[in-house]
Amino acid sequence: MIHSLFMINTHHDIFMEKHWKTAVKRSICDYFFTALEKASSPEDIPPVITTPHHYLITVYRDRLYFVSVIAKEVQPLFVIEFLHRIMDTFVEYFSECTERVIKENYVVVYELLEEMLDNGFPLATESNVLKELIKPPNILRTVVNSVTGQSNVADHLPTGQLSNVPWRRTGVKYASNEAYFDITEEVDAIIDRSGSTVFAEIHGSIDACVKLTGMPDLTLSFVNPRMLDDVSFHPCIRFKRWEAEKVLSFVPPDGNFTLCSYHIGSQGMVSIPIYVKHNVHYAGTGGKFEVSVGSRHTMGKIIEDLKISAIMPKQVTNVNLMPTQGEYSYNPVEKEVVWDVGKMAPGKPPSIKGVLSLQAGVPAPEEKPTLTVHFRIQQLAISGLRVNRLDMYSEKYKPFKGVKYITKAGKFQVRT
Amino acid sequence: FFVKMSYNNQSPGGAGDERSADPSSGGLFNVNYKKYDDLKNMLDQNKDFLKLEAMKRIIGMIAKGKNASSLFPAVVKNVACKNIEVKKLVYVYLERYAEEQQDLALLSISTFQRGLKEQNQLIRASALRVLSSIRVPIIVPIMMLAIKDGMTDMSPFVRKTAAHAIPKLYSLDPDQKENLIEIIDKLLSDRTTLVAGSVVMAYQAVCPERVDLVHRHFRKLCNLLVDVDEWGQIAILSMLTRYARTQFTDPNQYDTGVDEEQPFYEEEEDSDESEDEKKEKKPVYIMDPDHRLLLKSSKPLLQSRNSAVVMAVAQLYYHLAPRQEVSTVAKALVRLLRSRREVQAVVLQNIASMTLMRRGIFESFLKSFYVRSTDPTHIRVLKLEVLTNLATESNISVILREFQTYVRSSDKQFVAHAIQAIARCATNITEVTDTCLAGLVSLLSNRDEAVVAESVVVIKKLLQMNPSQHCDIIKHMARLLDNIQVPMARASILWLIGEYSEFVPKIAPDVLRKAVKHFPSQQDIVKLQIINLAAKLFITNQKQTKLLAQYALQLGKYDQSYDIRDRCRFIRHLIMPSSDMGGGQIHKHAKKILLAPKPAPVLESPFKGRDAYQLGSLSHTINAEANGYQKLPDFPQVQPDPSVRTVEIMEVVSDNKRRGGKTTRSKPMKKKSFYSDEDSSESEEEGSGSSSSSSGTEDSDSDSESSISESSSQETEGPDPRVSDSDKVNRKKKSTTTVMKKASDSGSDATSDDSDSSSSDEESSSEDEKPQRKQTKKKDIINLLDLDDFSPPTVSPSKTPSNGGLLAPMLASDLQGLSLGGNVSEMSGTFNGKSYELLHRVTGGGMAAKYRYPRTPCVYSDKMISVEVEITNTGDKPINNIHMGDKKLQAGLKVHDFDVIDVLEPGATTTSTMGVDFCDTTQPLVFDLCTENRKFNVNVKIPVGELVKPAAMPQTEFMKHHGLLTGMNENKCKLNIPESNQPMISKKVQEVVNVCLVPSTQNNVYSRFAGRTAHGGSILLVSVELGEQNDSKLCVNCEKMVIGSMVFKQLKEILSK
Repeated sequence: MIHSLFMINTHHDIFMEKHWKTAVKRSICDYFFTALEKASSPEDIPPVITTPHHYLITVYRDRLYFVSVIAKEVQPLFVIEFLHRIMDTFVEYFSECTERVIKENYVVVYELLEEMLDNGFPLATESNVLKELIKPPNILRTVVNSVTGQSNVADHLPTGQLSNVPWRRTGVKYASNEAYFDITEEVDAIIDRSGSTVFAEIHGSIDACVKLTGMPDLTLSFVNPRMLDDVSFHPCIRFKRWEAEKVLSFVPPDGNFTLCSYHIGSQGMVSIPIYVKHNVHYAGTGGKFEVSVGSRHTMGKIIEDLKISAIMPKQVTNVNLMPTQGEYSYNPVEKEVVWDVGKMAPGKPPSIKGVLSLQAGVPAPEEKPTLTVHFRIQQLAISGLRVNRLDMYSEKYKPFKGVKYITKAGKFQVRT
Repeated sequence: FFVKMSYNNQSPGGAGDERSADPSSGGLFNVNYKKYDDLKNMLDQNKDFLKLEAMKRIIGMIAKGKNASSLFPAVVKNVACKNIEVKKLVYVYLERYAEEQQDLALLSISTFQRGLKEQNQLIRASALRVLSSIRVPIIVPIMMLAIKDGMTDMSPFVRKTAAHAIPKLYSLDPDQKENLIEIIDKLLSDRTTLVAGSVVMAYQAVCPERVDLVHRHFRKLCNLLVDVDEWGQIAILSMLTRYARTQFTDPNQYDTGVDEEQPFYEEEEDSDESEDEKKEKKPVYIMDPDHRLLLKSSKPLLQSRNSAVVMAVAQLYYHLAPRQEVSTVAKALVRLLRSRREVQAVVLQNIASMTLMRRGIFESFLKSFYVRSTDPTHIRVLKLEVLTNLATESNISVILREFQTYVRSSDKQFVAHAIQAIARCATNITEVTDTCLAGLVSLLSNRDEAVVAESVVVIKKLLQMNPSQHCDIIKHMARLLDNIQVPMARASILWLIGEYSEFVPKIAPDVLRKAVKHFPSQQDIVKLQIINLAAKLFITNQKQTKLLAQYALQLGKYDQSYDIRDRCRFIRHLIMPSSDMGGGQIHKHAKKILLAPKPAPVLESPFKGRDAYQLGSLSHTINAEANGYQKLPDFPQVQPDPSVRTVEIMEVVSDNKRRGGKTTRSKPMKKKSFYSDEDSSESEEEGSGSSSSSSGTEDSDSDSESSISESSSQETEGPDPRVSDSDKVNRKKKSTTTVMKKASDSGSDATSDDSDSSSSDEESSSEDEKPQRKQTKKKDIINLLDLDDFSPPTVSPSKTPSNGGLLAPMLASDLQGLSLGGNVSEMSGTFNGKSYELLHRVTGGGMAAKYRYPRTPCVYSDKMISVEVEITNTGDKPINNIHMGDKKLQAGLKVHDFDVIDVLEPGATTTSTMGVDFCDTTQPLVFDLCTENRKFNVNVKIPVGELVKPAAMPQTEFMKHHGLLTGMNENKCKLNIPESNQPMISKKVQEVVNVCLVPSTQNNVYSRFAGRTAHGGSILLVSVELGEQNDSKLCVNCEKMVIGSMVFKQLKEILSK
């Protein structure tokens, strides 16, 4: 399926290539570069590009392009998912996926690519299996290896590969056994000019950090599981028990993973924890800009990391604002105003206000900037989802358990 | 500390040579050509670390795209290197360059062939992988052999690799197709989830047209689907979609098709067909149960985290499900819109296609397609497309308000698309045409020229629908001509005026006058329209425009573009025929030609017709047929024979027989008796397999155990120890079997297997290594099948399960085979557990329940004991939702509930397995057996003998434990064992208590058994010594005194009977 893979940086350098079948000349990437020139931004490049004999499927992430060469019909999502999986694996191994780390660890990268794909078909993609096959580089191991002459490559098959729990390593041991679950909810919303909600939904995910000895079997139950009607699961979750009892029953992978993610749709009522009042208008060579924010429906929790940004129309040359709290910055190249409010103290809602200077001689802009809001609320799941209990079976010890709730702004936009 | 360590390490590294502690600092990007000799030197050295360093640098060159082929001879020598990392890197090199240096590559073949015979499954697999990846046509026969061997390999991982090798061989030599199909056919019967996905990919690549191969495996694949890895799921789903299109009839064929929700229905491909059908009669569509099974088993995958899997299910539902069920996929697809940008783009394309055909399913998700200011342009355009498709009379006002916001965006390309979207809404929904038109006209005063131009173009299209009512708009546009410079817009205005000059008779000539004035500086497209306008006005209003028209044609005659010159010549002769040409004939019709009524253009979605391609495919995305795209067949009119998919359980067994038979070639004579014994356990294995697959993945414990032991078994490397090992095994086995033969007649299947093997060993005892290894290999295969194979959960657990470690770790048993004489599976006889009543049918109101102890290892936990519950509905109504309710658990007791039984039809019986951890006590388990509306309090009692699990131990160990467990832990007595009982001692003992026989040298006198309690693992030993008359002795030792004495009592009773 996947013939070749080219890794390209933002300077259009092909800095690594890997072929699983007969090597494809790197000139094939010219089609990609042509498409890139046409696109207005790196994000805007179409995921599938047709060339006379091949198809290029591209993903762009972290300022890197992974361009895969396809010769035959295949589901494009298959390839896209796989390329992202490769990048995820790099992040797991090297804690980031940048040109620098890929170049530095090219041998491990090559070994990984070799292990993940056979003849263009996925072979081993589960990170726990891969980590047993090829040990992630760290200083200590490098030292040990060079002293003892051992290698990073395992000489026998990881047991996970054969078992029905390919996601879990075997023989896991921890001195202190812990299982932490972070329930993160992101509020996506579009608020229109008049302040009414055009659209709001919640995307939640349960991220787990499980460090438990042996083969624990966990059951996570919720106070109100009915909230979750649109869920996607990590393969470890037993779907039948979810269907029947609405509990999450699973043998967890070792380490960090996303247990499930859910979506609380536009049908249900989503309470918006923040309101934004704004007033932007232009007159002659100047304009007025005024924004104030306040909290509501936060159940007494404090909004943190509040940040409001807006891209000004290109006619705006400068801004001169006065915030009552926090500070603001203006980037005249990107035309971006960022108001960093910080923690929202109870009391008077913070506001910012001031004037815009417009370029002289050009008509005043028509469009008004869209405000993008960022915030974070600790210990609150805005949907009201609550974990009831976590039980562990088939191991004797008592693990330390913890659940954390966070609400964040996702794609939260206020049209002005 | 770390810093210090690394520092310390680096200095000796730096001193020694240029090797450094950090493998990467060798520098990927500064290898120059001079260093090649250097690399060759390093590769020729004897030291592994030098080779490794050299290989790393060579890989660096490959990664950078530099040509490293000149190093081929030096590298290929190292293919046999012992160091696994060097070896892997050499493999990477070979895969890249072997194709270019075929002759030299042949040098490495023998190493791979040796690798194929290695004990370590990882090495076997990687050898097979490289062998099949080097693309040297000359070795096709070798590859073929290797694949055939790999196909029957005991390790599912190697079998998976073999499946991957099939498409590689096929692309190398398509003539091998027939042979490969044969292999695929066999591999399709493999029931391991690991293999299933890969073999389906191979099937897709080699022979997607061979539908007949799938029949027998259809149900199995459906049932396995949830447990296959995500990539395999995608392959299986798309394969089954095509399969179902050939095997089932259209679920929507009798649909009335007049669905208020779906005015677009008439475009659907199958509509004519359904019309025809309808005329004949109105039969009720009954879905094939297999069709239903496919839909049902793929539905849970909508919850997958992998967007490609979700998309695969969505397209399956779209192409196969009845109309009303398709909507189930909408929610999952909408969820994907939060995913990565590339995923969003592809999913939106597919949604756009789906909404064109079946708008209803996404209607309620309208707001999820609203454009955000952070979306890149191509996503925005796709969202617009979806929104436009979703527009109906009821929601158009919301959508238009949203569009108004978009029109003010600063992304001009997006604005243009938004304007087109508005126009499409206006044509599709006649109620809002006027509103839209008014909105678009207001855009004409927009300051941005691109916006105005786009508006002009779409307004022109809209006006064509009903020009007479909108002459003020036409006037307005005529006025705009002075300012607009965008050619397309100018051309549109000119065309409008020409076409509808009758509504604006006063303005039209003036427009022409202005236009002609600027003729030379216009774009071609505008010039053509000026000429057109001139011609049309000349016909309608000759008096005012004759001179203007002549002037325009004159200008056109000398234009640079031949297109315009041609047009001028044509128009001139059409409207102003010169008398000498005598071409008056056409001239008479000039008005008809030029001012023929022109139908209004239909504003169509660019996605129209795209659904001819299978959704989710590459071809769909690029809207063209990609290489290797297979058209999705239409449903057949008449359903093909559905019975082809019926698979008897026996058939599956015979499949295995065939496979097993291959590996036991050495003794075909014995095959029959061997496998006829195996049959019972085969079906039993199915039972346990089903419980494990339905309950997900609990049997991991046994797995891990097995592989650990496997690795330790692999540590004995080199041929010599292996020979001696297997020798030992065989010797031991021989002794075991003789024990069995003489001590008991219980006829356990595995034992006869063993006796076979040992007898065949006797025959071939002169031969060495090879046959013996085959021997062990064969045993592995059997065990492997036991462990990894799944059978469809629909197969009810067999009625005659035996004990025997069928789920028991294959390789653990393998190891035991090496070190101990016997193992669990070999030693235990068939055991038909007694059933106990759980619920009488009278008290249960028609529902009767029994339970028994099948003595199979519990898949939920190794401390649990499997309890099989058999529920029969003797009533006349179906019982719904049978499940376990409240449990009153004594301290420590743990229960894994059996799966909920959704419906039990009258007269039907179903069995279900639960796991109970009794904590080594005989306290009963009390729980509520609940149905939909009733509750029955029931209890499960456990006979003491079932608390024990068989434990394999050699005689020496037995004696050691025996010596330790004396005093209070020992129960001993003399008893009289009747003559008739004597040959059946082991059977009798195993009836009472779940233990296994310990191989013994004094087999005629002693029968010894060992077991461990399930929860605590306490040892239980039973020994029976046969003697004269009253002189037989029974001795039971157990760490748990209570259990010991209870077992003792029961044994005493049964043996003296």
